[in-house]
Amino acid sequence: MLRQIEGSRAVAETVAHCRPEVVCAYPISPQTHIIEAVGAMVKAGTLSPCEFVNVESEFAAMSVAIGASAAGARSYTATSSQGLLFMIEAVYNAAGLGLPIVMTLANRAIGAPINIWNDHSDAMAVRDSGWVQLFAETNQEAADLHVQAFRLAEELSVPVMVCMDGFILTHAFEGLDVPEQSDVDAFLPPYEPRQVLDPDDPVSIGAMVGPEAFEEVRYLAHLRQLDALARIPTLAAEFSEAFGRQSGGLVSPYRTEDAETIVVALGSVLGTIKDAVDVRRDAGDRVGVVGITSFRPFPRDAVREALSGARRIVVVEKAFSIGFGGVLSTDVAMATHDADCSLRTVVAGLGGRAITRRSLEELLAAASRDELDTLTFLDLDHGIIERERARMTATRRSGPSAENILRDLGTVASRIG
Amino acid sequence: MTAQPVRFYQVGSFAVGNRLLPDDDRTVQSDPTRSNSLDSGHRACQGCGEALGARYAIDAAMRASQGQLVAVNATGCLEVFSTPYPETSWRIPWLHSVFGNAPAVATGVAAAMKVKGRSDVRVIGQAGDGGTVDIGFGCLSGMFERNDDVLFICYDNEAYMNTGVQRSGATPPAARTATTEAVGPEPGNTFGQGKDLPRLAMAHDIPYVATATVADLRDLEAKVERAMGQRGARYLHILVPCPLGWGSAPGDTIKVARLAKETGLFPVFEAENGTVTTVSPIRHRTPVEAYLSIQRRYAHLFGENPRPDIVARIQAIADRNIATYGLLVDDESDNHDPKDPEGVTA
Repeated sequence: MLRQIEGSRAVAETVAHCRPEVVCAYPISPQTHIIEAVGAMVKAGTLSPCEFVNVESEFAAMSVAIGASAAGARSYTATSSQGLLFMIEAVYNAAGLGLPIVMTLANRAIGAPINIWNDHSDAMAVRDSGWVQLFAETNQEAADLHVQAFRLAEELSVPVMVCMDGFILTHAFEGLDVPEQSDVDAFLPPYEPRQVLDPDDPVSIGAMVGPEAFEEVRYLAHLRQLDALARIPTLAAEFSEAFGRQSGGLVSPYRTEDAETIVVALGSVLGTIKDAVDVRRDAGDRVGVVGITSFRPFPRDAVREALSGARRIVVVEKAFSIGFGGVLSTDVAMATHDADCSLRTVVAGLGGRAITRRSLEELLAAASRDELDTLTFLDLDHGIIERERARMTATRRSGPSAENILRDLGTVASRIG
Repeated sequence: MTAQPVRFYQVGSFAVGNRLLPDDDRTVQSDPTRSNSLDSGHRACQGCGEALGARYAIDAAMRASQGQLVAVNATGCLEVFSTPYPETSWRIPWLHSVFGNAPAVATGVAAAMKVKGRSDVRVIGQAGDGGTVDIGFGCLSGMFERNDDVLFICYDNEAYMNTGVQRSGATPPAARTATTEAVGPEPGNTFGQGKDLPRLAMAHDIPYVATATVADLRDLEAKVERAMGQRGARYLHILVPCPLGWGSAPGDTIKVARLAKETGLFPVFEAENGTVTTVSPIRHRTPVEAYLSIQRRYAHLFGENPRPDIVARIQAIADRNIATYGLLVDDESDNHDPKDPEGVTA
């Protein structure tokens, strides 16, 4: 049943329908609405049995989830940005222990300068942690991915992170179908742990492993991710069968047939890119777009296939590796290393800067004319950069750049339009 | 055959040998059916106080929980020496996550047991002093504040021993560690620093807080049993001498622990809901020199260039503890009730 509902609320209701047994909560924008809504359902008794633990930090949130999961309870939490970084030691640990925790990551920039708005720096910071990372394009997909995430996590004993763009998705109201309780129950069997803390059958979990077997343990984690690579499309197909709509999978191509230029991206910006692609198609450019839903495991084969006909690849990223360039681009380059095509990286939307259709149209047009640099920063205000560089040259004690730039701009205006 | 006289005070303290007691009064550890939760064959150093304390504490908790126990361990000596791959000394379900999160992981286990209707399964969190007073304190304070159903045990050996004896927030003044070397005009650890975790635990108003040492293992067992008889957040702080880090003889672990208590440097007490309820009185008041001089971490206070000024400052700490907790009593009852100093209600 379609309802007009906030993204966070839809995710919270979906998570509740997945019957988590332990939910740990620590507030950080923009994931707060999710955890507040789950908390209210536990308090009201509509989500029961469930222990809702208000913890003192994100590090504790992931740690409580680790303990609960190891004790055999379906465990869930949500975080963003600084919160993810604060829990990062436990994030790696959960993956290393093979605990099927599901976490929503409401993607947000990382400070300094402190910034609560959306980009993908947080998800990229834990790219190598061993978690499956699924990116939602829409709120419908964000909700649906959680149902698939619990199933995937528990089948493979691997933690799964559902990434949804902060504010752009979490705070957006739109019509969507929250997966029904009975349908979720049919899709998601009760959690049967592979390892569990049971006094009647005691095991030691988290023992020290030296050089004699560490590489093997790590390789097993890699194999679990490869298993996930095979499982994700099957689960998406099963989901489609059960719920009557497409969500998830490894990649989602759009108008890539006969495309010479294909844009690659993660998350909600795919919607804007599709609009820009439509406009450029109308203008005669042969352009398409490939959305990557499963960032980890990275679907090399599926990406190569989806990009096989392209002469130009343009990776639009909401994060970058400072001092180098694209993060997603590197993975795409690896996937297409033997293809005869160019690859360009476009860094866009950092710290919540709007990625407009007009900017993307210009970008696509420039790409089609082979005028894009290897690394482009979309809508970068070079005047700001030059003036701050001048201040830094003029005096040693030039002060904090962020404050200088705000004073320079004279306003904290949004740059939409 | 000549009869051998039985000495009641066999070990120079008031500890009573088990063979003099009826079966019901004997220690958990003397019971042949004890759980041996931390089994032999682990790799602790000779004379390790932590191994001894953990063995007694966990076996007592196992008896109190009828074998329904889960332990969560912080990173540290206890974790490393008990579980070198592919071996484990633990005969109970045991989970190690990272250094600073044992209290939160224990909370998670307890939450899982509660939601699954298995509240008969009891949860213990355990860590050294670093994992308790320093890196784990945020999670520990949160666990206390929420009054989660976890008994947290700190095995306090007063420094980071696993990494090579570096100072922690529980390292006492003047003690030499690898990061508070015995050099300069103020050798060893700085005076006026450090965290008193039992008092911080009491400030959370949790149901039960107690201290103990490995010199009085019967008292340690009794406190574990008392803690296990309650629900909510409980805290047990056990002084466990470390021959390696303290520079004491492996055979002196019990003696050093006893002297820590008898000098007044380590007050042994219980507190309920934030109030001290019992203290273990000093039997033979002993000057701090007796405690300090048998540990090489204090060697710079004695010998060729003695520092009686520093020893006097440490004695002042002991004297303050004795006054604060009322550790000196005339009678010889096992537990002194500060609310009833005359023993009227006893």
